[in-house]
Amino acid sequence: MTTGDLSQPAITVSVQEADFDIARLQSSLLAGLAEEGAVATFTGYVRRDNEDRQVGVLELEHYPGMTESSITDILRQAAARWPLLRASVVHRVGRLLPGEQIVWVGVASKHREAAFSACEFVMDYLKTQAPFWKKERAGDSEHWVAPRESDNKRADRW
Amino acid sequence: MLNVLFFARVREQLGRASLELSWPEEGLDLDTLQEQLCCEHGDGWREVLAQDNIIRAVNQVVVAGNTDLHDGDEVAFFPPVTGG
Repeated sequence: MTTGDLSQPAITVSVQEADFDIARLQSSLLAGLAEEGAVATFTGYVRRDNEDRQVGVLELEHYPGMTESSITDILRQAAARWPLLRASVVHRVGRLLPGEQIVWVGVASKHREAAFSACEFVMDYLKTQAPFWKKERAGDSEHWVAPRESDNKRADRW
Repeated sequence: MLNVLFFARVREQLGRASLELSWPEEGLDLDTLQEQLCCEHGDGWREVLAQDNIIRAVNQVVVAGNTDLHDGDEVAFFPPVTGG
């Protein structure tokens, strides 16, 4: 990794079936030059219930190509708003069980305010802009998850 | 050639994930493509594709309203996203 350039932060995006290692991801945000004063991260997990429905299995579908490019675009927008050194998103797809990690957002900057804000911005935008679709299964029943108005409101704040 | 993709609930309701169309000499826009798909496949498709919240993307970018298409474009129809 190169020396931090605030105008061109390093951006990485991974959409994958495999689980991820949070400690390794957090380290990947540090370039080893002690420039970063702050790393903010968010990890999302599959809940066992959603809006009073039990979730046996969560299936995540995506649009290969567009999903990655739209997340990259969200990270670039974050980098245009806050002075970031590095920003990464890992999002899982396929079959996930309650309790499993589903999404990780990590942002490195010199100071905490940019890291906190950018991390929240990326998560809010990701929920409303990136093409992923969740289907819950429980026993014989299945249910496509509907978008939440509260998620739209959160994204509209920015 | 046009590549048309369907995702999630839309894919399930239409019973297919994609289709290919040969490029018409007279050109084509997005609304006309949608109308053509509905005419060819029947009212079931019209009901699905005419839903208010259907999102349309051309070459992996969401478009609002109608837009001209070009030979080789990839068009996608999908429901509101629910990631994260």
